[in-house]
Amino acid sequence: MVAFTLNGKPVSVEADSSTPLLWVIRDQLKLTGTKYGCGMAVCGACTVHVNGAAVRSCATQLSAVAGKRVVTIEGLSPTSSHPLQKAWIAEQVPQCGYCQSGQLMKAAELLAANPKPTRAQIVSHMNGNICRCGTYHRIAAAIERAAREG
Amino acid sequence: MTAKPNTGFDISRRSFLKGAGGLTFCVALGADGIRLISEAEAQGAARSMNAWVRIAPDGVVTILSPGAEMGQGSMTSLPLILAEEMDADWAKVAIEWAPADAKVYGYTFANQRMMQIVGSRAVMLYFNDLRIAGAQVRKVLLANAAEKWGVAMASLQTEPGVVIDPASGRRMSYGEIASFARVPSPLPSVDKSELTLKNQFRLIGKPVPRRDLPAKVNGTAQYAIDVDLPGMVYATAKHSPVQGGEPDNWNDARIKAMPGVIGTMRLSDGVAVIADSFPQAMAARAALEVNWKKGAKAEGFNSEAALNETYAKIHADPAAKTQTLDSKGDAKAAFSSAAKLYKAEFRSDYGYHAQMEPLNAVARLDAAGNQVEVWEGSQAPDASRMAVAKALGFSPEQVTLHQCYMGGGFGRRTLGDYAAEAARIAREVKRPVKLVWTREEDIAHAMFRPQSFQCLEAALDKDGKVAGWTHCVVGDGGVLLQTGIRPSSYYAIPNQHIEARGVSHGIRVKHWRAVGHVFNVFAIESFVDQMAVDQRMDPVDFRFQRMSITPRARAVFEKAVQMSDWKASRPAGRALGISISERSGSLGAGVAEISLERASGKIRVHKVWLAIDGGLIVQPEMARANVESGIVYGLSSVLHERVTIKGGAVEQSNFHDYHVLRMSDMPEEMQVAFVDRDAAPSGLGEIGNPWVAAAVANAFYRLTGKRLNHMPFTPARVLETLKA
Repeated sequence: MVAFTLNGKPVSVEADSSTPLLWVIRDQLKLTGTKYGCGMAVCGACTVHVNGAAVRSCATQLSAVAGKRVVTIEGLSPTSSHPLQKAWIAEQVPQCGYCQSGQLMKAAELLAANPKPTRAQIVSHMNGNICRCGTYHRIAAAIERAAREG
Repeated sequence: MTAKPNTGFDISRRSFLKGAGGLTFCVALGADGIRLISEAEAQGAARSMNAWVRIAPDGVVTILSPGAEMGQGSMTSLPLILAEEMDADWAKVAIEWAPADAKVYGYTFANQRMMQIVGSRAVMLYFNDLRIAGAQVRKVLLANAAEKWGVAMASLQTEPGVVIDPASGRRMSYGEIASFARVPSPLPSVDKSELTLKNQFRLIGKPVPRRDLPAKVNGTAQYAIDVDLPGMVYATAKHSPVQGGEPDNWNDARIKAMPGVIGTMRLSDGVAVIADSFPQAMAARAALEVNWKKGAKAEGFNSEAALNETYAKIHADPAAKTQTLDSKGDAKAAFSSAAKLYKAEFRSDYGYHAQMEPLNAVARLDAAGNQVEVWEGSQAPDASRMAVAKALGFSPEQVTLHQCYMGGGFGRRTLGDYAAEAARIAREVKRPVKLVWTREEDIAHAMFRPQSFQCLEAALDKDGKVAGWTHCVVGDGGVLLQTGIRPSSYYAIPNQHIEARGVSHGIRVKHWRAVGHVFNVFAIESFVDQMAVDQRMDPVDFRFQRMSITPRARAVFEKAVQMSDWKASRPAGRALGISISERSGSLGAGVAEISLERASGKIRVHKVWLAIDGGLIVQPEMARANVESGIVYGLSSVLHERVTIKGGAVEQSNFHDYHVLRMSDMPEEMQVAFVDRDAAPSGLGEIGNPWVAAAVANAFYRLTGKRLNHMPFTPARVLETLKA
């Protein structure tokens, strides 16, 4: 049994402690906005926050989040009104959309630490997240918009 | 009461037809495309009738979309075309997926009705039918309002969602009309001349946000991989690493003893493992030790040896089996009387789709085992349904396919092969099953854009014009090798001979965002640039003066020249390259500005300009995004993507060794412009990528004096080219 908070609510999970957090979130806790892309922490589709830091949930063992605060895309904003979510719509960022939960969570980590990032800082921060539809330029523009408009 | 499956938007025909009150317009199989009919006709008719449009008394207009959504926007743009002609209030339009029934919802292509969203076809092939259908609905609404008011229908007009009587100022909303209206049988006919004029469009050509995006920024968009059914178990599979191989035996007892493992299942070309959770299924897959039967066709196949040696031998062999693809004029005579001859060879490696969502499907049979439901993100729900039926020995009526969003498609998702696999496993274990291929499996068992060898020759006449042209492509892929090999929509060279020489390796190949265009256009447009350089001409001038360029092609080149300020000088270390491609009726000419890190061999693409003639652009913003996506997909394939096969097995296994473009590789500037032309819409989903390779290679030549003739232009290959 591993206990942690998920999007602000306490949860406890019965699973092998080495189970990747990704599958606990998706299949046991039924929050499917966090995606499986590679299973080896090289694409970023599974990005969630653990105590505010963006981590790859496919390569994070359940035991590693015991007692910690886990936030997924579903918890980024209860009303889908996080400045990044609004900017993502304004810039019409998503295409297939599959990577975008991970992109948003990674971008949210950046803005929390650096409210006015430069383009170079954005690129360096976001470079580990793959978007196969190639929406990178819109992602960067949306992060800048969110930084501007709050 | 059964739990409602978590399936996103999904609608059954029954629930759609049962909607309380309001007007339902159905659709029937017509000889010349989609035809709307009244609900009365539909209910009295055979089973090929389904609802297409419903107007509820509260004014909500529900339109079914046959546009499978993989990111390109068709799910929004197809209903929008219908809404335009019915003059619906777009804010009150709800969109639902159309059922997987091509007889009803298919477009007509090559005398077949199909729902495959491939080849950039969605808007192009549904456009006319949807406009006529929308206009019919509007006529019915007008006729009902006219009857109610006792005025002539011709005296009435519409505004979005409202019929107005200009003489009296009366207004009646579509919802109000729906509460009393009757749908005449048959529906009024609509002549093309009655359709809305271009300058009166309210939705077409205007920026309309995509409907799928809100759900794609908060995690609620439903992909097949997200479907959750009561009692569902998880499966994954290990297919033969040598593609096409069959399993002999495996460590079954050990696998079955693993925690959570429910069972294993023999597949024709692999082994499936089924477990209580997906991590348990993955662990079982990792522990599988399978002895594969010998004798798979791909056994011993080495892709690099084939591409570097075998294909050129086949090209040189006069006895090799040859398929003529296009022949006009007298190419032999043009070559024998030529003033100047050119010849060049090009190669291109295998490419992987790398859609972000690994292939997966969910399947559930009913208790009697006579009906199956499948959840899949499919580019061809009709074909998937047939594939599932075939796998289970069912008729299509025994299969219900629930369409889901696709986490990328790019041509891979038209077969329903993984859906059929899921259905077979579900029947075997008598439980609902979610089958997910791991990323490693998705690559090992992938279907690739074929590798190819190209040889092109050209004959210039005494005036320096290209009078003769031959192009031979060698590889394994049949028609997949041949798309984009005919340059006739941009160069009308009088004498030409185009041919393919096929081989067969037993490696799985598939459509891949414009597929053959990727390597054929690379070869054609690199070759043209080479001739221009040798003739000491500007490459644009050479095309205009020597290549029998078509007027449409000239127009897009002129636009690209203007956009990029082609003749202006660039900063030191930068150079431009230009090229053109055709795809699905569209033409696009583009310019790339690059630099090169000579020590590492890394090419950087700084700026990209692309001018497109795509006829009428139904949704300019979505179209722009789609084309930008194509450009990036093109850059990725040109700079990075490479699959190699050794001993019949794929050597790459995940994104750490199959590199795709990341944010740091993005051009600083990417401009897309549409050339205004009064023509029906043509395809846009794949016009963005095929031109990229030659433009980059041509820019590279300008920078270095060396030709890149083998795609992709990886740093290692660039360094080799610089040394050569």
